[in-house]
Amino acid sequence: MTKKFNNVYVADTYTIASIYEKNGPISNYFDLIYNKDFYYGTDTFEKAEEKMLSNSISKLINKVKLVDSDIDYVIAGDLENQIAASNYAMRDFNIPFLGIFSACATFAEGIYIGANFIEGKGCKRVIVSTSSHNMVAERQFRNPTEYGALKKKTTTLTSTGAASILLTSTKSNIKITSATAGIVQDKGISDVNNMGAVMAIAAADTIKRHLNDLHINADYYDLILTGDLGVYGKEILIEYLKESGIDISLNYDDCGLILYDRKKQPVYAGASGPCSSALVLCSYILNEMKQGKYKKVLVVPTGAIFSATRLFQKSSIPSIAHAIALEAI
Amino acid sequence: MKDRYNEIVKKHTPKEDVLKNALLVFIYGGIIGAFSEFLLRCYVLWFNLPRKEAGIIVTLTFVVIASVLSALGIFDVCVNKLKSALLIPITGFAHSMTSAAMEYRKEGLVLGIGANIFKLAGTVILYGIVSVYVFGILRLIILGG
Repeated sequence: MTKKFNNVYVADTYTIASIYEKNGPISNYFDLIYNKDFYYGTDTFEKAEEKMLSNSISKLINKVKLVDSDIDYVIAGDLENQIAASNYAMRDFNIPFLGIFSACATFAEGIYIGANFIEGKGCKRVIVSTSSHNMVAERQFRNPTEYGALKKKTTTLTSTGAASILLTSTKSNIKITSATAGIVQDKGISDVNNMGAVMAIAAADTIKRHLNDLHINADYYDLILTGDLGVYGKEILIEYLKESGIDISLNYDDCGLILYDRKKQPVYAGASGPCSSALVLCSYILNEMKQGKYKKVLVVPTGAIFSATRLFQKSSIPSIAHAIALEAI
Repeated sequence: MKDRYNEIVKKHTPKEDVLKNALLVFIYGGIIGAFSEFLLRCYVLWFNLPRKEAGIIVTLTFVVIASVLSALGIFDVCVNKLKSALLIPITGFAHSMTSAAMEYRKEGLVLGIGANIFKLAGTVILYGIVSVYVFGILRLIILGG
């Protein structure tokens, strides 16, 4: 379902990135880079992710010169079991909190919910946050972090960082014009090392429905972005949509390929994790929109919403994608 | 459309360089094998040990080397370059236990390291023991002991 918005704007963002992101092509656009190690001044990776998420929210509130009580809701989620990073980080704030999960599409789900709240005049300011941590994800979904497992070419590298965006009803130069909620897709693929193939179908479905609902063509947007399909998922999406009569080959890119440089960094097919799309959108893309390079942008983060237990029980991997349309005004 | 999507996926999924990797593993695995033979002969010569006992010390040497390299964060980088050449010998086994122990040290000695150190190696131990029993019994039946 696609919702149109008339009074939802992006007030500001705050991004925190780590080592791999610093070595990537868009490192100049982040608000804060911590590249000493993966611990972020704590003693475990999980606590590091919590602190990054908490800092991204508090520094955003400081940046726009507000206090906790000015924010109506924080909507956040991450990849950890029980969205632990978000739940634990929110102990630091006196703000109503809604925890959400759409795996790597969490940020878009948050913006979808927050924008609806503001559009319905239920509130004025909502912060949407997400985080991911390479080592936490490795440990939770794969092997111990120091274990040298062999990786396939289609593997993606989970990004490390946190991003927060403040949505408001006060007019600013970036407007959220519409959003489409995803429908869960499953094409029977169960290869955890090929998430691009798992998720491209969700992106295809959401993009198709978004364009249909609004009666527009793909070239309406200056840029269409998926979250973390990687280089092979990107090829799949372009070809699959082309067969459905939608040509996105000229104005489409994947955040996972913007965040990292595959030629110089050991990142296999590209970046992944909720932060892949959140970091790229909140830093590079919004900046380029303000500079006038892009006017209309459609961001479609994709998430593989699977459980490791179900995977071992031979279930295939479901995926989802939510689309958010932004416009520079 | 389900089949068509899966066809497109298949078309855009790159093939792994099986032959190249196999050759790499053959060469580097061979080098490790040759080095262990060299070490074996050294131990026999230096410590005046029978070949069988020197072999056990060679194994222990490799376990120590792999564990130290894992602790220093070098082993997983090497695996990326040398592929399974480093995982198939005893080094891979040692690495799996060291990396698991390092991973779970923050959760404590009992519930962390104790409960998780065999997370990866447990399978090898279980089926190693099972197969030893099976082949032991087969040997008893066929060869009579």
